Formats: sequence, C-alpha cells, structure tokens
Amino acid sequence: MSDAPTTTRKDWASDQEVRWCPGCGDYSILAAVQLLLPELGVRPENTVFLSGIGCAARFPYYMNTYGLHSIHGRAPAIATGLAMARPDLDVWVVTGDGDGLSIGGNHLIHALRRNVNITILLFNNQIYGLTKGQFSPTSEIGKVTKSTPFGSLDAPFNPLSVAIGAEATFVARTHDMDRKHMMETFRRAHEHRGAAFVEVYQNCNVFNDGAFGAITAKDKRSEMLIDLRHGEPIRFGPEGERGVVLDAQGHARVVDVADVGADALLVHDEQRAEPSLAFALSRLSRGPFEPTPIGVFRAVERPEYGASVSAQLAAAQDQHGPGDLAELLRSGATWEV
Amino acid sequence: MTETAQPARPLQRLDHVVIRFAGDSGDGMQLTGDRFTSASALFGNDLATLPDFPAEIRAPAGTVHGVSAFQVHISDHDIHTPGDAANVLVAMNPAALRSELHLVEPGGTILVNVDTFDERNLKKAGYSSNPLEDGTLAGYTVYEVPMTSMTVEAVADLGVKPRDADRSKNFFALGLLSWMYSRPLEPTRRWVEARFGRNEKVLAANQAALQAGWNFGETAELFEHRFEVAPATLEPGTYTSVTGNTALAWGLVAASQLADMPLFLGSYPITPASDILHELSKHKRFGVRTFQAEDEIAGIGAALGAAYGGHLGVTTTSGPGLSLKAETLGLAVSLELPLLVVDIQRGGPSTGLPTKTEAADLLQALYGRHGEAPLPVVAAYSPSHCFFAAIEAARIALKYRTPVILLSDGYLANGAEPWRLPDVADLPDIRTTFATEPNHLAEDGTAEFWPYKRDPDTLARDWAIPGTPGLMHRIGGIEKQDGRGDISYEPANHERMVHLRAAKIAGIADDIPPVTVDGDDDADLLVLGWGSTWGSISAAVERVRARGRRIARAHLVHLSPFPANLGEVLGRYRKVLVPEMNLGQLTRLVRAEFLVDAEVVSKVQGVPFTAGELERRFLAALDELEA
Ligand code: SF4
Repeated sequence: MSDAPTTTRKDWASDQEVRWCPGCGDYSILAAVQLLLPELGVRPENTVFLSGIGCAARFPYYMNTYGLHSIHGRAPAIATGLAMARPDLDVWVVTGDGDGLSIGGNHLIHALRRNVNITILLFNNQIYGLTKGQFSPTSEIGKVTKSTPFGSLDAPFNPLSVAIGAEATFVARTHDMDRKHMMETFRRAHEHRGAAFVEVYQNCNVFNDGAFGAITAKDKRSEMLIDLRHGEPIRFGPEGERGVVLDAQGHARVVDVADVGADALLVHDEQRAEPSLAFALSRLSRGPFEPTPIGVFRAVERPEYGASVSAQLAAAQDQHGPGDLAELLRSGATWEV
Repeated sequence: MTETAQPARPLQRLDHVVIRFAGDSGDGMQLTGDRFTSASALFGNDLATLPDFPAEIRAPAGTVHGVSAFQVHISDHDIHTPGDAANVLVAMNPAALRSELHLVEPGGTILVNVDTFDERNLKKAGYSSNPLEDGTLAGYTVYEVPMTSMTVEAVADLGVKPRDADRSKNFFALGLLSWMYSRPLEPTRRWVEARFGRNEKVLAANQAALQAGWNFGETAELFEHRFEVAPATLEPGTYTSVTGNTALAWGLVAASQLADMPLFLGSYPITPASDILHELSKHKRFGVRTFQAEDEIAGIGAALGAAYGGHLGVTTTSGPGLSLKAETLGLAVSLELPLLVVDIQRGGPSTGLPTKTEAADLLQALYGRHGEAPLPVVAAYSPSHCFFAAIEAARIALKYRTPVILLSDGYLANGAEPWRLPDVADLPDIRTTFATEPNHLAEDGTAEFWPYKRDPDTLARDWAIPGTPGLMHRIGGIEKQDGRGDISYEPANHERMVHLRAAKIAGIADDIPPVTVDGDDDADLLVLGWGSTWGSISAAVERVRARGRRIARAHLVHLSPFPANLGEVLGRYRKVLVPEMNLGQLTRLVRAEFLVDAEVVSKVQGVPFTAGELERRFLAALDELEA
C-alpha cells in the first residue's frame, strides 16, 4: 500500500497509560510493534489487535487501532471469525504462554492448521504473571512457584514444536532484548499470508526474572543465539566457529565448525514444505540455557483460509447469481391453496 | 398397473389419521415417514410430524434400542400436534412392534413385515412367543405383509444384489401405505429419481419396490377398503412443508438480508442443532459464511469476532454447548455487540437424551452466566415460527447491541408442518447503523469517539466497526467507564454500568408485542405456555372448549424481557397453569416476578405433551376451580 499516508509511532500509540510493571519485557515489544507499523504502510483504522487474558493481553489498550481485549485463551477463535468476515483488515493476536498454550491451546492449534490470516505474537515468559506467579505450560520441570512449592512435575511445551506440529505455515522466534530482531521478525510475520506464529521470549522481571538471561543478555547472545537465515549455513559464535548439522537420525546438533568442516553445516531452508527440518531446529535447544535458534524457522505457502472461504462464496454467486430469498423459501416442494 | 387404475376397493373418508412408521435404525423409517409427509403436504392435508429416533446411529439390529420411528398426523382440518395415539402402526420387525405397540390406539391397525417375525428376531426383540400368534394383538386389526420377500421378488429381474434389494423394503411399505391412504405416488417417484439418479440399480430397485407396495394393496384381497383424507381448507397461498431447523436456517438468511449484513455462522456439530449448520452451508450465494469450529467455544468466539467486524454473527448449539458458550456470552454482554445464540434444546443434563426433546434450558438461557449478565431470550413455538423467531431475535440483537438467545427444541427442530409462505416484502426492515463520525467533543474541542455513548431511548451504544477511519477504540471484558469506554475499576461506575445494562434489556419490553390472550374473557383458568408446547396446548384448549368449558390461553415468544402487560394479564385469572417440558422453569419465573398462583404441568419424557394429557389436566383444574 504505497499510497497510504505515512504514519509515525505517535499515530499508533493510544492515550492510555501503559500499566505493565516497570522493567517488564512487554514494554520493548510494544515499542518494536509501534515502531514497525509506520514502516509497513498500513493504516490504524484497518488494524485490529485482539487478545485474551494475561499481562500480554493488555497490549491492545496501548495501540491506537481497533482493539478487543477478550477472554482467557479465546483470542485466536475470535480472530478467526473476524479475519474470515473482514479479509480487508490486518488482524494481530497477542497472547502469552498460559493464554495461548494452556487454556487456549485448542484454539491456537486450530487457527494455525486452518491458516487463517492472523499474526500471532506469543509472549513467552514461562510463568503466570497476572495471577501472580504460578508455573505455566512452558515452565521447566522442577520450577518452584506458589502452586508448586515442591517443584513443578509438568513437562513443558515447546511452543515452536507445537506450532509446527499444528501445521503452521509461518513459525518464528525472537526476544524482547533485541528491538531490531523483533521488528524484522514481526515484519516477516505480517507479510505472511495465512497464520503467522511468533514466539517472543519475554522477561517477567517480577515473577520469573532472568528466565532468558543466559541466552539474551547482550554479552551472551553471540554464543547462545543462533540467528537463522534462509539459504545460509547455520553458524554462530563470536567468530562463527560453531554451527549446526543434521545427524544421521535427522536430529539437529550443535558442532564446532572446525570438527566437521563448513561444508557439513546445515543450510537453513525456511521454505521447505516438509516440516521435519523446522521441527528438528525447534528441538535443537532444550531450553533457554543452551544455544537456541531465533529468526524464521518456517515460512511456506498454503491457501489462506479466509480467502478460500470468500472464494467459495464468490464461485457460488458467479455460477448461480446472488441468492433470492423468495426463491429460497420456494426451493422445496410447494403447493397452492 | 399404475396408481391411476380404478381402485377396486371402496373408498372410506377419514377426517384425520395418525400413522406411525417404525423399524430398525437401518430400515429407513425417517425417510419413509418424511416422504409420506411430503406427498400428503402436496396433496393439501394439514399435518404435523414427530420423528423419534435413537441416539445411536446404528444400535444392534433387531433390538428395541435400535428402533427408529416417525409419526405423522394428516388431516382435512387445521391441526396442531402429531397426534396422541397412532391409528396405524407400520412395524418392520418384532422389535418395532414391541417398542411401539403401546402408542397405538385400542383397536388400531397394525401392518407388520411378517418376513422378519422369525425366531431369531423375536428373541432379539425380547419376545418369548410370536405376538402374531399368541393373542398379544387381539383387538387390533393386523395385516401380515411379507414385505421383504415381495420386495426381493419385485427387484429380482433388475440384477440388484440381495442386500440392496432388502434395503428397498421401506419403499414397499411406502407404496402400500400410499395406496391405503390414496396418496399420489408421483411426488415420491420424482424424489427417488432425484435422490438415487446417480445409482441406476438402486433407483430402479426403489421405484420397483414402491410400485410393488402399491400393487400389493391393489391386488391382495387383504384390505377391505382404501382411505382418503381430503385436503384441508387452509388459508389461500403458496405452501411448503418445513421442519423447524430448516425454517430457522432460512430465518437467519432472511435476517441477514433484512439487516443488509452478511451472515456468519460459527458452530460445532451437536444433535439436534447440526441441521442448521448443514442447511446454511448450502447458501453461499447469499454470502453466508459457515465455520465448523474446533469446539463450542470457538463457534461462539468466531461468531463474536465476525459480529465485531460488522457481520450478523450467529452460533447454533444445544444445551451442553450453551453451557460451554456461557463465558463468551458474558463477554458479548459486556462488549454490547449483537450476537445470536440458537439453542435447540434436548433432554438433559449432560448428554441426557440427545435425540429427544425437552425444554429445560430456559433458566440457563436467562441466568446461566457469571455476574449480572441479562440478555433477551426469544422462543419459537412451531416449526414455521422458527423462521420469524430468528428474524425477531436478530432485530433485537442489532437494535440493542446485545447477544440474544433463541430457544427451539428437538421437537420443533425435526418436526414438520405446512407453512404458508410469507411475502418477502412484508418482512421487517431490521437494518442498523454503524457510527462513522466522532460522537463526543472533548473539553479541548477534539472530536472523539466514545464507544459506550448510548442512544437515550434504547440505551444501545454507538457501534463503530474496524475499518472506520478516525474512530479507533479499544473494548474488552474489563468494566468500562460509562460513555468513554476506557477501563474503569471505579465502584460507582461499575454499579452504574450494571444498572445500565439491565435497564437496556428491560426496556425492550416496550418494543415487543404485548402478550395476547386467546379465549374466554370470563374464564377462571389461564394456560400460559412457551415454546413447542404451543401445538399441544392449542389442541387441548380446543377440546376443552368443545366440551363447553371456558378457558383462556396465552403463549410467550419473549421470555426476557417479558411483554410489558404480562403481569396484568396473569392477574386477571384465578388460576394459571403452565405446561412445560421441564420441572417448572417458567412457572417459577412468573411466580417470582408477578406473585401469581401459577402451577406447572410438567412432562420430561423426551416427547411432547399429547393433547389428551393436557386436556385432562385442564379439565381437572377447571373442576377444582368450580368445586
Ligand atoms: S507480572 Fe511480569 S509479565 Fe506481568 S507486567 Fe509484571 S513483569 Fe510484566
């Protein structure tokens, strides 16, 4: 939309006072989104932010767009209806690990498999913040919280593996400490036709401070974050001395480039239709304490659901003309008295 | 030989007849009943039907659990119910006879497919001796017809596999009954052709079986006469036969057209509501989007999302699904967005009697939510009324920006009746307007949009849909500041908002028709009904009047809010009886609200009241009042 009047960050910020805890990672995600939108040439009135319940879910209030703060876990379902009804809108869903993967897990996976045209940002802080600190479906085993004083027994979800398993066509990860990376990732997600899923590692400095510090702290990134770039061998480390290979079993493994040779490195292919590669990469790291890939894992094309629905309507109307109510009422056997 | 041949038997006129088709779930009894009904409708009879089928798709063959029945009442005058007792039972196997015999009037007629009365089938049905021989059927007129073997014989030359041949025996039964009751065969033939046209052999077999059944009646010396039920004198017009679910689906399409808003249905399959989803899925030409969601919650969620985007959002379900939707309904009440929730009630709680009717979701519809969350409730009273009830529910939802629950039930959903088609031009205009301009001037002179600024008359809020420039705003489930719509936790504001939402719904009472009383002004007894009891009450009231007794009746379409004059009407009578397919939910409401001596007449057996049952209760109440 090159002809859209340009906007600035100010046009996208609402007049509401932002009420997250000081120091919360949500602030930087909000800033990244508000800075990105002017660059996309889109209009606030054609943009909708939808959310469920949780700290992340307050996001829509801070955007000067149309916004709907709904109920726990249901935002993907509500967004599905909106995106189907109004293909002209840009629909964003902001959710969290509890909202999207626990109470709303069912809606999330089905929105992904249908490939509805929505952009889903899942702020993963591995904790329940709004209800003051219970373990979440992404918390690590053994996590001591108010509801698990002896340590959590629940095996966590890997959000990206869930999304890939749910047939998502766009899957990416970014983190709240790197505005540029967030903006780039969100831009790609927004460009994608269909359901785009972005996991954002987000620090909850009140209930789970530093959960991602071991990989996202400035001095840790080069050795702990693996920036995925389509078509390039997967390498990381200050000197690019480490890399990723696929072993004979199809598992992704971190290696020293010196040991295997640069030619043995896995070349990232986000467009591969078959999801095993993206899945293997999503399993590379067991948690935010070892080298972890970020960026776009998967970006493939599949018909967008709302467009397909609209196409069926248009085809029916093309073939038989618009519906006529009087005719409908007479479509069964009729008789005159 | 064809149907135009001179009947060899004398013709006897009946003013009405109630026929019950019963057989195994796999015997095609619903289809047989449905076809007999259609032919009767085209013939001009008034009619009412009651499909009665098991929850299991195919329960063990030959057992009473697997019996599927279809009752149809055809008449030469205006009728309201599928009939109390069957005059004729068609039993395709011993199990059907065993499970349905008690529904046949004393001295009634029974046609059995005698081929199935072998030891094995008798045993499966739980008979220790053959009821055709042991005197069980003494007093009934019994016709033993070898339906299976006659059908197999009729299709022998067509190269049909024996299994397929057996499956055509319901058409034999239909042909025979068509002969007995002088129904034209032609509409059925045309239907068979359209339905089975692609499978030549099955088509030929069904046509042959149909004709063989007719011919059997004609030639076998079994039947002394044929019967005829003359066309009813109905109001002039174009008629069609509809079930409640079809009428409801069409009503939703109509509402979308009348509102000039695209229809969006979000729904999860559930008996007995799924047929609405099926029907609407066909109507893409009307711009209808149907969405089969991952669950009940997503069904209403998607409908709400579409409504937020300016579509007519609808979700359809039955009782258990309504429970799952309750949280989203609370959100819709808070968002003040139009939304239709259609509840086709069935026997509950839980899975209950999923294929049987009940009307026990009234209190759930009114109160089954968290917090103070009032919303309008509309109930359909007959299959064809489902059409108008859908339009009315949509009208209220759009005008007042509120979710509305529309109640129907399994009986209306699957029951059929002739419907004099309305003139589309006479249907109401239910268009609403979206905000396109700011509606508030801030102190500093900036024009703003306040999403919770209300129309002073209706208290409906201003509604701007996404895509409208300059009116961007945020709404949500958190309490909102009156007018401005921002988050507000302020105690007095919450109380004001709770009252405003309640007042908005209560105010609808002035925008719905007053309840009308049919009947004797000086009567002591008023029968108050709602929903599908309408037909049984009408028939029972007519019978009571025919006995020279005075009785008044009123029927509610709007259950929330009540019509403004309801209290005054109820106060006029010494006694109010409320027939309900629950334990007394409306009864409780009117007692609480109006302090009247209302008493429930309750039935929760998964089948509607018969007119006879209600007649007896009404007469007893009258006797008591006069004593
Ligand atoms: S509780 Fe945690 S996630 Fe929630 S606002 Fe505070 S810091 Fe952010």
